[in-house]
Amino acid sequence: MADWIDACAASDIDEEDVIRFDHGSRTFVIVRDHQDNYYCTDGLCTHEDVHLEDGLVVEATIECPKHSSIFDCSTGEVETPPACENLHTYPTKVENGRVFVEL
Amino acid sequence: MPRDYSLTGPDARRAVDAGLVTEDWYRTPIDRKQMKALMKRADQPAIRDTILLFGLMVVLAGIAIALMPSWWSVPFWLAYGVLYGSAMDSRWHECGHGTAFKTRWMNQLVYQVACFCMMRDPWCWKYSHARHHSDTIIVGRDPEIAIMRPVVALKVASNLLGLVDVPDGLRRMVVHASGRMLPDEETYVEAVFYPKTFRTARIWLAIYALTVLTAVLFLSWVPLLLIGLPRLYGCWHMVLTGWLQHGGLDDNALDHRLNSRTVYMNPVSRFIYWNMNYHVEHHMFPLVPYYRLPELHRVCAFDFPAPNRSIPQAFAEMLPVLWRQRHDPDFHLRRPLPDSAHPYHDGPRASAG
Ligand code: FES
Repeated sequence: MADWIDACAASDIDEEDVIRFDHGSRTFVIVRDHQDNYYCTDGLCTHEDVHLEDGLVVEATIECPKHSSIFDCSTGEVETPPACENLHTYPTKVENGRVFVEL
Repeated sequence: MPRDYSLTGPDARRAVDAGLVTEDWYRTPIDRKQMKALMKRADQPAIRDTILLFGLMVVLAGIAIALMPSWWSVPFWLAYGVLYGSAMDSRWHECGHGTAFKTRWMNQLVYQVACFCMMRDPWCWKYSHARHHSDTIIVGRDPEIAIMRPVVALKVASNLLGLVDVPDGLRRMVVHASGRMLPDEETYVEAVFYPKTFRTARIWLAIYALTVLTAVLFLSWVPLLLIGLPRLYGCWHMVLTGWLQHGGLDDNALDHRLNSRTVYMNPVSRFIYWNMNYHVEHHMFPLVPYYRLPELHRVCAFDFPAPNRSIPQAFAEMLPVLWRQRHDPDFHLRRPLPDSAHPYHDGPRASAG
């Protein structure tokens, strides 16, 4: 059964920014968009497994730091190649200033 | 040690076995806030430069046509050719990275035009360049190594007139138009894009055929001097600056400070080349747009070897190395780092595999 995991403080992430979140053997990114929405996706780009923690967040998209594939953080959908596969996304909620991710 | 640059040969396997196909590349540590500011996109610089570029091309071509058949038209054709055959290379490059403009369709539009001028299929070259960034100057992996070792001087020099690139581009176009990919392309292009590549090649061949037909019908060189030929007579600036990117430096290393070169250049060359003279910086942080590379250069200076001071000074450093690499392919430059720098990250060597 999926659990809500306390990932970080909401204030740990700047507006339009991203941080890495590791849980067990898995790695994710938590993204905050320009309207204070929080998203969680797989941490590794689907093109060549580069971590997205150094990527560029614009509104609710994240651009891979290696070859610039852009993903929609709310759906995980890849918007520009070279990546062709979507990212997995995970539900998030913010409570008492903490970001929780359902894994 | 001998090198096989084919992407399907023994060095391709050796690179994987030796651990050279990896994400373990050295990166200069930069504060996240500072990096975010450096990656920030804007439309204005690229719109300004694009209007200037296409405006100059129209004016230069107009003057050249007006002066035909006088020899006074030659300098104007040569200047037009450099913008077509060299500046379009950097536009292909920056727009392919998606960093030139903030607005995506603007990157796409200029990318498509530049791909046509450079005779580079938009999809093949998107993936070829992604591989060049993943496996920069890794023998058997990088499809964009301009100077292979041992150096064959005549072959390298002949590309100053596009005599290597253009036949290769045309050959690929014909193969694509017939509905096939080449074996090297199959190693890096996603199959889902093959149909787009085939369609693009057919459209481009039709445009070239129409250009030749127009030239024949009007018994005029003008259509060919405008479309196609500038890729030959105007590419020399791209080729010269392209050699400086990695020429004479290390291969099979996992640190862009070892295999790439930053060169200070005059403003005209920087306009044509869209600041790719900051090449170590670009490879280490490819999301930083061309107009912020000078700033990135200042941030990274403590960690990088000293840049070359000018194009002539960089050639004076590189050419003797290339000359020696004709017979000694392992010979290369290893430039000293400043005291403040982190040590070089050589990574595993292919020879160890
Ligand atoms: S690794 Fe992300 S786009 Fe290539």
